[in-house]
Amino acid sequence: MSDQRVTLTIDDVTVTVLAGTLIVDAAKQAGIHIPVFCYHPKMEPVGMCRMCLVEIGRPRRERATGAAVLGPDGQPLIDFNPKLETACTTPVGEGWVVRGLTEKPRAGRREVLEFLLTSHPLDCPVCDKGGECPLQNLTMAHGPGKSRFVYDEKMHLAKHVPLGELIVLDRERCIQCGRCVRFQDEIVGEPVIGFFERGRKLEIVSFSEPGFDSVFSGNTTDICPVGALTTTDFRFEARPWELHAAASICTHCPVGCNLTLNIRRQPNARGQILVQRVMPRQNEAVNEIWICDKGRFGHHFAASPERLNAPLVRQDGRLVEVGWDEALVHAADGLRRANGRIIGLGGGRAANEDLYQLRALVEGLGGRTALSEWMAGGALVQHFGAGSQFDFGRLGAGDAVLVLASDLQEEAPLWWLRIKQAADRGAAVYVAGVRPTRLEAHATHTLRYPAGEAVKTAVGLLHAVRGGEDLAGFRGDDSLRAVGTALKEARELVVLYGREALDAAGTEALARACAGLLTASGHAGRPGSGLIAVWPKANTQGAWEIGLRPQADGLAAALAGAAAALIVAADPAGDDPALAESIEKAGFVVVQELFLTETARRADVVFPAQAFTEREGSFTSGERRVQRFFPAVPPRPGTRPDWLILADLGERLGLSLVKSSASAVFDAMAAEIVAYAGLSYQALSWVEPQWPIVGGDDLYYGGTAYRNDQGLGAKLPALAERGTTVEVPWVAPAEPPSGGDVLLIPVDRLLDAGTTLRPTKELDPRRARAQAMLNAQDAAGWGVADGDEVEAAWDGRTARLAAVVSEAVPAGCVLIPRSVGVPLDAPAAGNLVAARERA
Amino acid sequence: MAERLLLRHRDIPGLEDLDVYLKHGGFKALRQAVTGMSPQQVIDEVKASGLRGRGGAGFPAGLKWSFLTPGVFPRYVVANADESEPGTFKDRELLESNPYQFLEGLAVCAYAAQAGTAYVYCRGEFWDLAEALEWHIGRLRLRGLLGERLFGTEFSLEIHVHLGAGAYICGEETALLDSLEGKLGQPRLRPPFPAAEGLYGKPTVINNVETLANLPPILSRGAAWYKTIGTEKSPGPKIFCLSGCVARPGNYELPLGTTFRELIFTHGGGIPEGRRIKAILPAGASSSILPASEAVLDTPMDYESVAAIGSALGSASVIVLDDTVDLAWAALKTTRFFKHESCGKCTPCREGTYWMLHIAERIHAGKGTREDVALLEAVARQIQGKCLCALGEFSTMPVVSAMEHFRADFEQHTAGGR
Repeated sequence: MSDQRVTLTIDDVTVTVLAGTLIVDAAKQAGIHIPVFCYHPKMEPVGMCRMCLVEIGRPRRERATGAAVLGPDGQPLIDFNPKLETACTTPVGEGWVVRGLTEKPRAGRREVLEFLLTSHPLDCPVCDKGGECPLQNLTMAHGPGKSRFVYDEKMHLAKHVPLGELIVLDRERCIQCGRCVRFQDEIVGEPVIGFFERGRKLEIVSFSEPGFDSVFSGNTTDICPVGALTTTDFRFEARPWELHAAASICTHCPVGCNLTLNIRRQPNARGQILVQRVMPRQNEAVNEIWICDKGRFGHHFAASPERLNAPLVRQDGRLVEVGWDEALVHAADGLRRANGRIIGLGGGRAANEDLYQLRALVEGLGGRTALSEWMAGGALVQHFGAGSQFDFGRLGAGDAVLVLASDLQEEAPLWWLRIKQAADRGAAVYVAGVRPTRLEAHATHTLRYPAGEAVKTAVGLLHAVRGGEDLAGFRGDDSLRAVGTALKEARELVVLYGREALDAAGTEALARACAGLLTASGHAGRPGSGLIAVWPKANTQGAWEIGLRPQADGLAAALAGAAAALIVAADPAGDDPALAESIEKAGFVVVQELFLTETARRADVVFPAQAFTEREGSFTSGERRVQRFFPAVPPRPGTRPDWLILADLGERLGLSLVKSSASAVFDAMAAEIVAYAGLSYQALSWVEPQWPIVGGDDLYYGGTAYRNDQGLGAKLPALAERGTTVEVPWVAPAEPPSGGDVLLIPVDRLLDAGTTLRPTKELDPRRARAQAMLNAQDAAGWGVADGDEVEAAWDGRTARLAAVVSEAVPAGCVLIPRSVGVPLDAPAAGNLVAARERA
Repeated sequence: MAERLLLRHRDIPGLEDLDVYLKHGGFKALRQAVTGMSPQQVIDEVKASGLRGRGGAGFPAGLKWSFLTPGVFPRYVVANADESEPGTFKDRELLESNPYQFLEGLAVCAYAAQAGTAYVYCRGEFWDLAEALEWHIGRLRLRGLLGERLFGTEFSLEIHVHLGAGAYICGEETALLDSLEGKLGQPRLRPPFPAAEGLYGKPTVINNVETLANLPPILSRGAAWYKTIGTEKSPGPKIFCLSGCVARPGNYELPLGTTFRELIFTHGGGIPEGRRIKAILPAGASSSILPASEAVLDTPMDYESVAAIGSALGSASVIVLDDTVDLAWAALKTTRFFKHESCGKCTPCREGTYWMLHIAERIHAGKGTREDVALLEAVARQIQGKCLCALGEFSTMPVVSAMEHFRADFEQHTAGGR
């Protein structure tokens, strides 16, 4: 689309838009409603529903010169097409006159609605969409009050057709607009649903096994213009007008998708106010109007009956419920007795305010803090991180994305989706990893390296970018050179690195190589480029900003050697049995948690914290965007937010931490933490109009995603943008672990079996299981068949797993999902045997 | 009897044998085009001949080819052999009995379009013809008339046969392309037209079987000669598919511009058993029904003249109805057909044909009222002007025209003064 502008008249309003804009969008930009069902501003027009009919008049032109012919009044003569045209498929033209409110288009719209309603069940009183339904709203606005269709001749169709475990189709309500089909095909690139049959029998079916096999499936329910697609989570649960809305941020991954939590007092839950559903909240720079199914369905943990409701204190070896004062006094005594030999361990699940308070308390007591996640490189992300103008949505032809050591769809689905779309717009996408991932289908080039050679590959790219250096020591030097040249020549370059098949030192070395790469390619400090870490938690980057660091010399030793440990939003014992032993060795352990985790079970004092649905605070996303979340439901009685628990503890230890509000904590943090300098809680609530328009009166157009009235957040600039340079010497890659037959590699699964996702029962069928994925050759060599029980052994540990034979696993490697109870968090050399041999 | 150019097999026994076809001048036109003419010269010759597409729309073939986006390759040529219009059976006879003339025409078209790959999209029910075509194509390959570097030139061509799954809509050229690509057969939005973005998004020419069969005689005898057949604006021979209430139904190759009267009474032997002609469907189910007045019978069957009397020549599938035929029944039949064949992509056709069928059935079953008759017409008119492709529009034409000329046929079912 060029910058050329076109002026036309729509419903007597003069509108000037970019040439190439569709009439329907030009109208929307001017605040004029042209009704649509099949059209969606994020997708290509198809002109199927015929609802957007308009009368179009074009200026009469001289055949020879092309000049407009003027009438007697000196105005251009306008010739109206006797046929109505579809506004959703017709780009604007200079001087056109578009009419949607004259008798002809009004009749056309009324008639199309009459057609649509002949087959519609009109079951609005029991339909989940009722109240936020484009068909209902547009019928009220444009439809006939009465149908001439004989009701008994209506086509009756199945009303409960599960397309998968999460999405149910009501075939009677479907108006065959194809938005869902096109979303999966065009936007996601996973065409797992489609049309089947023809004519009035046309229906949506799922082609995949399991059904609707896409982690973005829930979005189809937002853009479905009728109640045909509903989620099993919300179906028949509540009416939209009964719901209240609270702005929130997704806590499941570092993308930081903007959410709206819809809440309602639930009669069948003893009148509790509960989250009824999670909806996307528009933030075009973060998640646009989409969220993944983990974010949409993974909210049930907050309302779990397993939540802690009262402080626990260890008495006679057992944890017993006590009052807050008693617990605080007990905890404060224990911490005081440690005499500064305190470790404060924070996890990236916690909000900025919590982690800041943790640091203030622990350092105030003379102790030191540590970050629970071992993945490294956050300081480099601060320096080289995605710049102040960075937006995946702006990447296109001429730009490049490099993804290293991450299965992005499983770890950060919206980044995956937005990189896929950048590739569709022409951006070059380079994927480097040990095994095939779903991003490779959209990659310009894939670099496959053996496990343990991620850093070598990145350093090879760095050399290739610098040019002229010998690449002989690096695998696939020809393609390295080509990719290196492409990265160097890219207008904007974003590098994402993860931790797959890497240990802590490996991620540090990889981050350094990536930072060096950005520097060498000339992209360091560019506002639209930068480095992004695919962190395991939502606020890991925030923890780095605040100053928490992984324990390079080993968390186990640090915990075991501490006189007291204060653990916030982390479960080291659950992650790793070795850490469980260390916690038992630690002198005095205080844990702030939602659940009685393995770590909490070993604590001396446990404080019940509040869930993200119950409180406010801020997260810093992997792109370094600071975003606020808001209280949606009343807090569980007996719980407190982590930042307040820490302030309460501080009060009893003679330290004055901010206690008045999360907002005040944030402001204190902004005053002290350089990265947040100049920010205020209010500044995070800054909004501006976004395109496309969604929600409200426009939900027929953009869908039921919520408009963002609560804040688009603040994007932190990368330090490199200020012109400061740092030399990042790359470190030699570590050798892969050796000493066994195979390399056991933990991998991330989006639908994990962790504490926060297990309470969402709908996800059970697709949840990560205790499996060992291996390739066919290895399986044959070890006499293992698909489905066999196998035993993995490493570092003196063993785990029983079900074998899955997959061609997507490299030779000599066994992939084991994280979160399934196997204490393997970093690659380890080990052995695999068929369990029957042991028996 | 004038010389037959398309149904030549009726005069030359065994023409479906390649040797016989070659003996009678077969593939001289292709050789002449490939070795002696530039693609542009072929296009110019076909333009000059005035050949119009025989699939129904009557669009000038040479002009269509000249719309191919210049410089974009690969290009494709597709033969539309999805002959599904009720009362149309001309392509079938050509494919059965004169297949090499069609394949030669397809190759000429591919050369003109500079396409290295051509497809024949056969309707699903033509599975036996598709098998035979594959065999014929194999023979051509063996003889060096298809494949790499034809006649020692740079031009190479492969032809593939693709069988549809039995959908009328796939005769619509963009639905055909989607079906050929392996997708659900539904019409595409136009523009872009296939000449710009057709099969797999590449410039594509789509022509009907009969259109392509016209190319060899045009090239071998010249455009000027060709123009002596038919009318000025609708030149050439046309295969008229005559069916319905006539003594001798069948395919008749006659010059465009032959009158209905000559086709029905001279060639078709008139109406049997002394009954009277009542109405004519000139283009199968897809055009307005004409009352068989003297003026209509004397109308020349060319694209302009039939349009001038309010209908369309279409694929020239002339269905004759005599005075025993109830037009309400005829309209019910066409409506049932269109309801069954609606692809369902756009609302007016999907919902409108379903609704029309219910009303038409109600009327025909004697359960309707005069209001239902009015409603049927209203629903048909409500579909008009709103559909994504022409087929939705077609569904209304028999109903609206039958209602216009033979309303009493509908109202007789509502006897009892209701």
